[in-house]
Amino acid sequence: MFFFLALMILVFSVLTVTSRKILRAAVYLLFVLISTAGIYFLLEYTFLAAVQLTVYAGGIVVLIIFSILLTSHISERTVVAGWKQGVLSALATGAGALFTLLTIYRFTFTPSSAPTATSTVTDVGTALVSTGHNGFALPFEVVSVLLLAAMIGAIIVARRENDNKTENKQN
Amino acid sequence: MTEGIPLYYFLVVSTLMFFIGIFGFLTRKNLITMLMSIELILNSVNINFVVFNKYLYPQNLQGHFFSLIVIAVAAAEAAVGIAIIINIYRNFRSIEVDRVDQMKN
Repeated sequence: MFFFLALMILVFSVLTVTSRKILRAAVYLLFVLISTAGIYFLLEYTFLAAVQLTVYAGGIVVLIIFSILLTSHISERTVVAGWKQGVLSALATGAGALFTLLTIYRFTFTPSSAPTATSTVTDVGTALVSTGHNGFALPFEVVSVLLLAAMIGAIIVARRENDNKTENKQN
Repeated sequence: MTEGIPLYYFLVVSTLMFFIGIFGFLTRKNLITMLMSIELILNSVNINFVVFNKYLYPQNLQGHFFSLIVIAVAAAEAAVGIAIIINIYRNFRSIEVDRVDQMKN
């Protein structure tokens, strides 16, 4: 099962960054995200997998597809970089990947045999609102403020200029 | 369910995914596809966090919560990024990075 998911992730990642049709690239990205959720299921973090499916596959991909439909024609083929830039980028990223893989290979990880902490919805919810050891109340609050700020920012940035003027007149 | 699968296999997958994302970021010209490459990069980092949590410190859930928060930040980043892209499209009628070459029009 792991090898199937890994193959899906790698093949569809390559297709995402090389596909000439932008809408297809978005659908390939959806497959990558769903396979990643599969990996989380494999690791028995079911809550995280559910969040990955709802927020990434359900939210971000839909947002991306909407913006594609707003900004380009479906049949339009995206402009890709020239072959020179492509080859140079492939060389640079290939070298980076090789270096990182070598570093990982030479480092010995010692897997722990400690009992696995359960991550049911109850555990996750309790940890998110408790403080102290194994409590994540502060990051939870910070993220909620960040989400509020992002929401307001997105509304203000995407608002039309005309609305701004009429509002000023009313004031 | 992960017996017999070493930690290295997960790390190889996430490393390759990370560099595929960087390759896409370097070669794409369209702002939305560049955003999709960023999503790939963030996703590979999430896999790393979760796998380290599961294999090296299974008694804690730090990596799990870090991934949750990265997902939330990625959602916020995508929302603001797409708002900016739509605003750019409104001003320039294009979202190719080559044609967006001034901050004010």
